[in-house]
Amino acid sequence: MSSERKIRILVAKPGLDGHDRGVKIVARAYRDAGFEVIYTGLHQTPEQIVNAALQEDVDLIGLSCLSGAHAYLFPRVVELLKENKAEDIIVIVGGIIPKEDIPKLKKMGIKEIFLPGSSLSEIINWTRANVKPRHA
Amino acid sequence: MRLAKEVLQGNIKATARLIRDVEDELPSAIEELKALYPYTGRSYIIGITGSPGSGKSTLIDMLIDVFRKRGKTIGVIAIDPSSPFSGGAILGDRIRMQRHATDGGVFIRSLATRGWRGGLSRATANIINIMDAMGKDIILIETVGAGQVEVDIINFTHTTMVMLVPGMGDWVQTLKAGILEIADIFVINKADKKGADELKAELEAMLQMSAYSPQAWKPKIFLTEAVNNKGIDELVEGIYQHKEFLIATGGHDTHLKERARLELIEVLKSSLMDHVFQIVNKNNYLEKLIDDLVNKRTDPYSAASDIIKKLAQEGKL
Amino acid sequence: MFSGMGSAEDTNKRWHLLLKEGETGLSTAFDFPTLMGYDTDSPRARGECGRCGVAIDTLRDFEILTDRIPFDKITTSMTINPPASILWAMYLAAAEKAGISWDKIGGTIQNDMLKEFIAQKTLMLPLESSIRLISDTIEFGTKYVPKWNTISISGYHIREAGSTAIQELAFTLADGIEYVQDVIERKKLDVDSFAPRLSFFFNSHLDFFEEVAKFRAARRMWAKIMRDRFKAKDPRSWWMRFHTQTAGCSLVAQQPYNNVIRTAIEALAAVLGGTQSLHTNSLDETLALPSEFAATTALRTQQIIADEIGVTNTIDPLAGSYFVESLTNQMEEKAWEYINKIDDMGGMPAAIEQGFPQMEIANAAYHYQQQIDKGEKVVIGVNKYSTGEQVYPPLLQIPEELEEEQIARTNEVKRIRDNRQVIQTLSDLRTASKTNKNLMPYVIEAVKEYATEQEICDTWRDVFGEYRESAIHL
Repeated sequence: MSSERKIRILVAKPGLDGHDRGVKIVARAYRDAGFEVIYTGLHQTPEQIVNAALQEDVDLIGLSCLSGAHAYLFPRVVELLKENKAEDIIVIVGGIIPKEDIPKLKKMGIKEIFLPGSSLSEIINWTRANVKPRHA
Repeated sequence: MRLAKEVLQGNIKATARLIRDVEDELPSAIEELKALYPYTGRSYIIGITGSPGSGKSTLIDMLIDVFRKRGKTIGVIAIDPSSPFSGGAILGDRIRMQRHATDGGVFIRSLATRGWRGGLSRATANIINIMDAMGKDIILIETVGAGQVEVDIINFTHTTMVMLVPGMGDWVQTLKAGILEIADIFVINKADKKGADELKAELEAMLQMSAYSPQAWKPKIFLTEAVNNKGIDELVEGIYQHKEFLIATGGHDTHLKERARLELIEVLKSSLMDHVFQIVNKNNYLEKLIDDLVNKRTDPYSAASDIIKKLAQEGKL
Repeated sequence: MFSGMGSAEDTNKRWHLLLKEGETGLSTAFDFPTLMGYDTDSPRARGECGRCGVAIDTLRDFEILTDRIPFDKITTSMTINPPASILWAMYLAAAEKAGISWDKIGGTIQNDMLKEFIAQKTLMLPLESSIRLISDTIEFGTKYVPKWNTISISGYHIREAGSTAIQELAFTLADGIEYVQDVIERKKLDVDSFAPRLSFFFNSHLDFFEEVAKFRAARRMWAKIMRDRFKAKDPRSWWMRFHTQTAGCSLVAQQPYNNVIRTAIEALAAVLGGTQSLHTNSLDETLALPSEFAATTALRTQQIIADEIGVTNTIDPLAGSYFVESLTNQMEEKAWEYINKIDDMGGMPAAIEQGFPQMEIANAAYHYQQQIDKGEKVVIGVNKYSTGEQVYPPLLQIPEELEEEQIARTNEVKRIRDNRQVIQTLSDLRTASKTNKNLMPYVIEAVKEYATEQEICDTWRDVFGEYRESAIHL
């Protein structure tokens, strides 16, 4: 008896920003939509996040940053994934990200950016449409 | 066999991927597991259970510290329940252990129960084997503390620890769940709280009343304040004492035998059932039987008997 | 107006601009490394310098920040929590250097750790030592800096984390109860000696009448708590003095100019609810730090309410309204239920350890989001009257070189300071931290020798341990 492959997602808060209202809501929404969500808690370094993602074999990493430090932190995560030959893990982000920064982030490998005002169903639907089990 | 080779070399990505394949019950995983099996049986496996809020993850975080200082490599399997409604899960045990995320000697894997009945499930047994083959000296398994899952743990673990907290009202609960019978070690965490000494006394009284043969291991009780890093070294000593006891009394070998027996039976059960269902699902045979049951033309025992007869007759058994 | 950006010089410039425009109270926003007790050169601080507030590593930065600020003519509020005592020590040292005595300076440090554990999560030390530091500052202020509000017991962040109005009210008051309790027990001070200086900080959210009722209930409940529970005799101890900020979480990125209206109405609710001071958010704050134009508009909002529309001429003008009075009663009743429950758990620290307030907030936040997604809660521009068009107000950018410059500046300070004195003062601080002594004097000494914020915090991390978040409450 085999079950369908579950999609595993890691949601993380890199850096010192402690605003976790959004990331916790997203984690819950993912759970309610049938995904397995690993939440690594606050104040994570990019190294901690990527190592966790590798050990947990996740298909998707969701990063949340509201402090403006995303300019360093998000690319660093993508860089580390590359170093570990795990670029097939999709990275999406949310938080306070000025429109001007979006093209830069997308160019370096962030698949989608969810700005303030995004609905949970938007995020869930995007995930369903764009994320498949990594090794399928 | 590619993954198996890499797992044996300690490759994190390969291990993570194989664990995933095992969780998702991919047929390809079976070949890998076969290749790894000869290399299993070396890890020391410790199970940790207790009600939510008793501090299991925090304790594991501290235990990792102590074991790492002794040069041991660690695998952690942290199990959390899947939502019965959505099938999804939030796996948050890592939070307490994340400072070890960048330590190459520590491999932490979060697992959702995925509604498996029968407790700890085949997947976990296989994941233990994978971490074992990967070379982890110690494997820590953290479970949710809901009852059945925990009782199943003892089939896989050398040492089982049950965590309690003073005043959290889980005392009566755990009694009911039969968890207390499986404990090799009791840990009273948050021991700075009121009621810690009383709880210890209650436990000791209970243990006195239980029938333990003179050769059997008498469960030890440890007081800890995991968050304040108190009592951890003593607890680790206690674990080592239990390990030595097992080795001295042949318990270690018994464990290996029991584990092997259980693994075989589990795989056999599931292989047999897969085989049987493949056959009875043809031509609506099974559905017809179920219809007979509903209309009371037969009963479950007779129906099962019929299936076995049919399979034997057709040479398919 | 809450402000702080990048370097101390830039913030100083913004402050002088605001003072020129009629501002009488300055309000400081710090960057994350500063908030969390890290210096700019810490690896944890990489990429964070100056992004959401001003970067302060040493007293040198603080002296630049407060250059030519008339300490005795304005008040300064500092939104800082774990290292609050350190930043306050810097302020005291800077004022002293400017020749102003401590009895003349007024201001506020937020310094409320309980709400950090519950909601905002700038965390450093464990619960018990965090509370101890707070009681130290309250005691020091009571004795030496009488016009200073050494704590701003906050509900704002609890609300921003997604709580309901009642939870905001109840948890804030419960926090206040714990702080008062601790000062009385730990410092053996008479409640009337310090209670008049306690201040609160609330959120003002969208539901206009609920908010007015919440403020009124808060004032009434605190008076009862001080008089009946703590037996305060001085009527000034019963007064609840509070600052309000309009709800950041009510701001919408789409059609951002609508935020001016939201903020104005929220500000009005706070004024009608009896707030002593007010911060109004800038219209572009969902997107980045406020631009000059947006910050000025927010200031004008307050000035119009204060000077043009006449609402400040009457105290509690909505009193007697059937609706407002019954709402106030309801809120009070429900809030008492929460407070009693927390008392039964053993007080706020115990409740936090059990995850109770955190869980309540997470549930409320999820529920609120679902209501928005379903359209049950209207958000104009998002689920109603949304247009395809988007207007992007001018944004404020932080220069990339800021981090390097800041690190260079701090290194320079470390080079020219008397390092033996730094080591000495830190050692004295360490020794004192292991006793019951009030640590403020030791912090002030260390700060004056230009010890960095992180050097002081690391001393405490070493002595008290570092707080680590317990299991998630999702």
